[in-house]
Amino acid sequence: MPIEKQFISFYTILRKGVIRIFRIWSQTLLPSLVTSVLYFAVFGNILGSRIGELNGVPYILFVVPGLVMLAVITNSFMDVASTFFMSKFFARNIDEILVSPTPPVVIIAGFIMSGVVRGMMVGILVLIVSLFFALPSIAHPFVVLFFLFLSSLVFALAGLVNGIYAKNFDGISIVPTFVLTPLVYLGGVFYSIHSLPPLWQTVSLFNPIFYIINGFRYGFLGTSDVSLATCTLVLIGITIVLLGINQYFIKKGLGLKQ
Amino acid sequence: MNGSALVIKNLEKTYAGGTHALRNVSLEVPAGDFFALLGPNGAGKTTLIGVVTGLVSKTGGSVEVFGIDIEKEPERARTMIGLCGQEVNFDPWMKPLDIVVNQAGYYGIPRSAAIPRAKKILEDLGLADKMDQIGFRLSGGMKRRLMIARALIHEPKFLILDEPTAGVDVELRRSMWDYLTALTKRGITILLTTHYLEEAERLAKHVAIINKGEILVNGTMEEILKLHDGSASSGGYGGGKLEEIFVKLTTDSTNSPQDEKN
Repeated sequence: MPIEKQFISFYTILRKGVIRIFRIWSQTLLPSLVTSVLYFAVFGNILGSRIGELNGVPYILFVVPGLVMLAVITNSFMDVASTFFMSKFFARNIDEILVSPTPPVVIIAGFIMSGVVRGMMVGILVLIVSLFFALPSIAHPFVVLFFLFLSSLVFALAGLVNGIYAKNFDGISIVPTFVLTPLVYLGGVFYSIHSLPPLWQTVSLFNPIFYIINGFRYGFLGTSDVSLATCTLVLIGITIVLLGINQYFIKKGLGLKQ
Repeated sequence: MNGSALVIKNLEKTYAGGTHALRNVSLEVPAGDFFALLGPNGAGKTTLIGVVTGLVSKTGGSVEVFGIDIEKEPERARTMIGLCGQEVNFDPWMKPLDIVVNQAGYYGIPRSAAIPRAKKILEDLGLADKMDQIGFRLSGGMKRRLMIARALIHEPKFLILDEPTAGVDVELRRSMWDYLTALTKRGITILLTTHYLEEAERLAKHVAIINKGEILVNGTMEEILKLHDGSASSGGYGGGKLEEIFVKLTTDSTNSPQDEKN
């Protein structure tokens, strides 16, 4: 397939995904905003005033980057996982694409970018909501944008792995509930790992979400628990691995072909 | 039109669970032909179509579409094929026009070219006033026609129709026959599976009957109809000649001792 036709196919998959995000905005955009308002109110204002400062900044300013990332991660993951799973399991309209000459890498790119768009869109909306509770300063705007994009990408890719591999509705809910949520909450959304015992500090270093949140937080505060270079390298490494897994799955037709 | 639209040689398919769905199937569909692939439920028709379109992995043999090996050059082969599957499988929340235009996009056709083309096909199929209606609100017959429109949007040379008239009323079925006949006159090769044998008898030039993953007979409609021995129909049901041949062949093969070999 010539490259210009591949781009049209990519655009078609992406456009369809983005239209879906807006069509069911009450399921795709609104829930994270409502949850974030609650988090900002409870953890930021009510509890935050008692906690005081963390890493030299008021607690609400410390949790804003983490809560934005919480929304970005869950939305980019769930967008791709559910869209892909529904299209192969429910309507089986994934066959529309599979019978076409669209190469696997373009299929991946289309679904992933749709997840990235949703993740970034929700992230920006949550950030706007946070302005009603605090006025976070942004030390490094490009770092914020870069991590917003990279974390959406990583979890959109992870969502696609889940969507491809899931064989039933349980398969699509187990990973977010029992893997993603604990990793997010233990990744430093609400605390710095320096407040953990040494053993748990070491364990946290194996949590990829720790690097996402810290890289993003660095963009806001100019400080983080681990260096920006380490965060970037870890995320790029994960991106490459997940890209390879997805390419292999779709090319082999795992979970798609009979 | 010369050559073959589809050449299948010694095709084998065994599913992960051990079901041997296709056994050494060899088949040739001449270019420009209207070919009927008939068989009872579970005979292997949809599996065969799945292999040809790339939705099912084969476990042996080879498939060529207009001389292009589907394994060596899958993308090129797929541009030749349009598939109207057995199950309605479009996104039910989308509008028919968007469904067809999106399908064009997957083949690399820009929206500016796809929109007028999609409108024309939908009009031809009697869906002009339904283009902007949500898909799930369409009637069964409309959904079938939408599936055909979607399969035709990239102007394939080879159209595969897996039971396209299932559940469609008589009047609509006849209008679909006219439409399909017109397509073959334009040079499009059609492979049709159907349980309506009078439909196959009326439309197809060539016929193959498959059962339990094996081709039982394959030839021109005339050759197949000559197999009818003129005896009265079994069970007192007076079907057409093709139906009688179909029942006799598939019953004989079902009762053959092949199951014991599996």
